[in-house]
Amino acid sequence: MAAALQTAAPLRASSNLGANSERFRFGSLLRSPAGRKGSLLVVKSDGRHSVGFNTRLRGGNLIANAVAAKSEASAKSTDSKPGHELLLFEALREGLEEEMDRDPRVCVMGEDVGHYGGSYKVTKGLATKYGDLRVLDTPIAENSFTGMGVGAATMGLRPVVEGMNMGFLLLAFNQISNNCGMLHYTSGGQFTIPIVIRGPGGVGRQLGAEHSQRLESYFQSIPGLQMVACSTPYNAKGLMKAAIRSENPVVLFEHVLLYNLKERIPDEDYICCLEEAEMVRPGEQVTILTYSRMRYHVMQAAKTLVNKGYDPEVIDIRSLKPFDLYTIGNSVKKTHRVLIVEECMRTGGIGASLRAAIIDNFWDYLDAPILCLSSQDVPTPYAGSLEEWTLVQPAQIVAAVEQLCQ
Amino acid sequence: MSAFSAVKSLSTPTITTRSTPSSNPKPSFPFPFPSPASAGAGSLRHSAAIRLNSSSPSPLRAVSSHVLSDEQRVTSPSNHDKALVTRREALDLYEDMALGRSFEDMCAQMYYRGKMFGFVHLYNGQEAVSTGFIRLLQPGDAVVSTYRDHVHALSKGVPARAVMAELFGKTTGCCRGQGGSMHMFSAPHNFLGGFAFIGEGIPVATGAAFSSRYRHEVLKEASPSGGLDVTLAFFGDGTCNNGQFFECLNMAQLWKLPIVFVVENNLWAIGMSHLRATSDPVIWKKGPAFGMPGVPVDGMDVLKVREVAKEAIERARSGEGPTLVECETYRFRGHSLADPDELRKPDEKAHYTARDPILALKKYILEHDLASESELKGIEKKVDDVIEDAVEFADASPFPPRSQLLENVFADPKGFGVGPDGKYRCEDPKFTEGTAQV
Repeated sequence: MAAALQTAAPLRASSNLGANSERFRFGSLLRSPAGRKGSLLVVKSDGRHSVGFNTRLRGGNLIANAVAAKSEASAKSTDSKPGHELLLFEALREGLEEEMDRDPRVCVMGEDVGHYGGSYKVTKGLATKYGDLRVLDTPIAENSFTGMGVGAATMGLRPVVEGMNMGFLLLAFNQISNNCGMLHYTSGGQFTIPIVIRGPGGVGRQLGAEHSQRLESYFQSIPGLQMVACSTPYNAKGLMKAAIRSENPVVLFEHVLLYNLKERIPDEDYICCLEEAEMVRPGEQVTILTYSRMRYHVMQAAKTLVNKGYDPEVIDIRSLKPFDLYTIGNSVKKTHRVLIVEECMRTGGIGASLRAAIIDNFWDYLDAPILCLSSQDVPTPYAGSLEEWTLVQPAQIVAAVEQLCQ
Repeated sequence: MSAFSAVKSLSTPTITTRSTPSSNPKPSFPFPFPSPASAGAGSLRHSAAIRLNSSSPSPLRAVSSHVLSDEQRVTSPSNHDKALVTRREALDLYEDMALGRSFEDMCAQMYYRGKMFGFVHLYNGQEAVSTGFIRLLQPGDAVVSTYRDHVHALSKGVPARAVMAELFGKTTGCCRGQGGSMHMFSAPHNFLGGFAFIGEGIPVATGAAFSSRYRHEVLKEASPSGGLDVTLAFFGDGTCNNGQFFECLNMAQLWKLPIVFVVENNLWAIGMSHLRATSDPVIWKKGPAFGMPGVPVDGMDVLKVREVAKEAIERARSGEGPTLVECETYRFRGHSLADPDELRKPDEKAHYTARDPILALKKYILEHDLASESELKGIEKKVDDVIEDAVEFADASPFPPRSQLLENVFADPKGFGVGPDGKYRCEDPKFTEGTAQV
């Protein structure tokens, strides 16, 4: 019953570690019935360290300030610091490239991923390096090339299918739901579909209704699918690599507005666990659960809240399906108050499911109803002002926390 | 000239092929198809008779429900002096078709006895297509089918026991009882399904063909077949109006994928006549629109299907790309066991029943002295025994236990996530019984 679990990637020897080795602590990332297997270095951008499951993180070891500012990390960039700085889309590319080097069965398919380098440059340079078959420029036929990815996966390849915009994957819903999600089950476990489906989604800057969709709410019911959302260069690279290595079909949600985030990430090989949430800011008073771009709105609100004397605990849930109920549960047990901030629409969104999961599991620990801030149930308008009112803004988050903590 | 050469002539294959020499001196384009003078391109089918004269092969027409002729049906394939197949091949074909027919007949019986449920789509009458194509494949080749997949699975080598047990919903079925009639899979036989929505298997087949090319060119793996591993995609006339069909014709030809698109045109999509659903009902002509050969063939004649299939499979294997083959065929039964089949006219059914592919092959075998009547009877008996055994096996097999419910949802069960206690849910030994929350 217990399938072979992924073993952590071995650490590559790195001279960067030499002088600073006492600053890093190793811990195992993955649990296994047989005990801890392997170890993984988990390093944050300013040299602080963390280990394994987030619940063992100590306060103060984490990124306290994660507001999305493009030049934020520039003040910290010095040559003597370990790791290297890059933008989120470059981190995705790095992760993809490392996995393609590591396993020749990993291939990419999608529109304009090859010669064009990807509409957000995530696959830039890869076609030149790996050839046109490994980085396949497809015609505009989402359902069919996603199905092609599934077929290739059944025969042993590990495709990474890009939706130029996540919204385009609505056209691939037949293949994603019926084949990605179900084929392993209906074949009685005979075929695995180690496919990664990724692409930019979310509300951008006045891109219009159809290019501003949040598909995580549509896909979440599909059995057999895992969903993760990245939000920093660090977890983008880590999740990309983990998703590629996973034997399950994984949908990796990226966000159009986060591609230019800059961060310093480790030189060493690392992955982020697909099923884990990320502790962004530990606190005692209220649990704020969020993911993707809303993390930054939450952190902006957190600044204001801290100034007002509140102590929010911010968790980036990262794994949209399944939920990391351990990290979330421990937080709820500590703070007894929960606010969910999401970019999904209210109806049938991730927040709705999360609320249900928390009520089912942690009802006794709640001192107040769970608040959920979601986008309005409207097609995203083009006009900038209307678009802003569609989304949850930091001021609303502050108000919600104040209401929760009354 | 043959439809193959009308589109492009076969050049020297780029990858070594043809491990077995052709056993007969016929021209390499087996498809003797004069351009239909009477039918203009795209014109509606007239009520033309189908002539099965042995001396002059006639153009294939999609048969409308009004088609009939008083002409004596010659049900055997063209009578050449020399047989088109060896004795061994002929008996293999006969046995495979008989197996398919017997199996489907048994399915009907079992269904009405309450042993299998849901939507069951039987293949009676179409056996020549499955046998004609699939018996030519090598083990590394793949087959993708639709919901009418029992006989494709059997032809590919999936044991009758495994298919019958799957239909009974038993845990010994090829998919552990989780797939059912419309989702037959067998990894050891490279049988990739079994799809309930029409058209959704075609991209999967295209992907399998893509992986074949990828393995050859990127991974530098040599296939035992001596060329590329080939994928066959089977689907019906209704599917040919679906977007995925056209999208995959485009991609397969674009990348010269080793795939053969096999259309089983049985003229009906449940109750929708092909002619009422399709602006231009001639499907094989749509191949050249994408740059690949389109070939029609009499799908009630296993030897004709086999000749066309040989050519198409070799093309794919040698790296020349895909072929679209349209087989004129017919299902003797309704769309499914739940279909009252009221719209098809009795004379249309009678027309095709007279062209039963198994009887036709039997006649051919006897006329060419490839085997005796008693030998054929022996094969039929053997087949019946196999089917009986399959039913007994399925009957005796257990139903899946509760613990099986969650087992195959994820290849890596960590996908069920981390529970409130901090452990992966799958680490709980009782988890797959569903006692833990998902």
